[in-house]
Amino acid sequence: MNATPGGADPALWLPEPWRIERVRRELSDTFTLELQPTAGGAPLRFLPGQFNMLYAFGLGEVPISISGDPEADGPLVHTIRAVGPVTEAMRRLVPGDVLGVRGPFGSCWPVSGAEAEGCDLVIVAGGVGLAPLRPAILHVLRHRQRFGQVCIFYGARTPADILYRHELRRWRGQFDLLVDVTVDRATQDWAGRVGVVPRLVEGGGYDPQHTLALVCGPEIMMRHTARALLARGVRRERIHVSMERNMKCAVGLCGHCQFGPHFVCRDGPVFRFDVIEALMTVDGL
Amino acid sequence: MVEIAGLDRMLLEHPFFAGMAPEQAAFVAGCGRNVVVEAGAWLFREGEAADQFYLLRHGRVTLELRAPGREPLIFDTLGEGDIVGWSWLLPPFCWSMDARAQTLVRVVALDAHCLRDKLDSDPALGYALLRRFVPVMGRRLQAARLQLADLYARPQGGRG
Repeated sequence: MNATPGGADPALWLPEPWRIERVRRELSDTFTLELQPTAGGAPLRFLPGQFNMLYAFGLGEVPISISGDPEADGPLVHTIRAVGPVTEAMRRLVPGDVLGVRGPFGSCWPVSGAEAEGCDLVIVAGGVGLAPLRPAILHVLRHRQRFGQVCIFYGARTPADILYRHELRRWRGQFDLLVDVTVDRATQDWAGRVGVVPRLVEGGGYDPQHTLALVCGPEIMMRHTARALLARGVRRERIHVSMERNMKCAVGLCGHCQFGPHFVCRDGPVFRFDVIEALMTVDGL
Repeated sequence: MVEIAGLDRMLLEHPFFAGMAPEQAAFVAGCGRNVVVEAGAWLFREGEAADQFYLLRHGRVTLELRAPGREPLIFDTLGEGDIVGWSWLLPPFCWSMDARAQTLVRVVALDAHCLRDKLDSDPALGYALLRRFVPVMGRRLQAARLQLADLYARPQGGRG
């Protein structure tokens, strides 16, 4: 995290212009932008799970998780779902257009520290929640020998809504990964699982006593997945979730993303489940 | 030498019956037989008499709903270690959905008439079986609620 206390560093408030190098249509409402700094220079260094504030000039700024490889020198990668006027405008951008970028901000998935060393990893994503986990998965694949069993469980609404389909297929073909995908509903042309993603967690494939779990998706899905992990014996403090709130300043000043005693932009978006579990069921928070 | 496992042992090895008293398992096994269902074949159709209770040993089964003018909707899949169906347990003993083998499926099929008679004659067995059914029903109800919530739908009135 590069936010100084109180967000005093003026550089944190100034969006840098980045040019769109490539646009990839992922799903009907979801797209990936690959960006390069207009001024050239070094790639943006970030940690898996962190986010940038992306500014569509004249329209507004939105927090978007970084979904690229944290150790690669390639473009800055953001997968974005069009859910409002700013992201809708971003969907209409083409290569050569320019966005403002501030960041990276926030906490990260604990995949590079001692906490994860030698552990089984259970990575659970729902819908577009796979995008913030992708950097963690890419990190794990680069350092595969540091981990025990690695399970990737992914749930989507229908087969047509599966994000990073080709990449999931490739990961599934690896002998050292357990990858399972389920959809909430399907028709006859789908030969895979149907059902909610917490059920994949119940199936096992990992040692709960030595598991670190990373969960990202809609909040209800994260709560139920965490409960399924707890029921399997995974410890509360070993479950991490990524929260989404109305982040504006990204440096813990404006309070738009306040979540109990936490600011999601500064203290999150990745939280230990035991730290925020009680807050997740507070009405209106 | 090939050892042929008895149905009572198969029942006890299935997660649904795990931990049941061996004599109870043997009593239940008297209603059972091994069945292989080819991929694509129906286990049962909506509206048919629910006269079997299936323990899935291998393969995957889809649970489906039919609606006019639409492709059949698959709303759940069940796999090894799951059970298929509880409509046989309560009147009107009639399936409320379709179940189809998505892959080649091996099941232990328990005859519902036989099993109901045994449960009626042995309340302790009936209680033991219901204690196994309730958590399964609870989990599936919870899953159905989550599906109903349409978690991954595009948020309404998104601001970003």
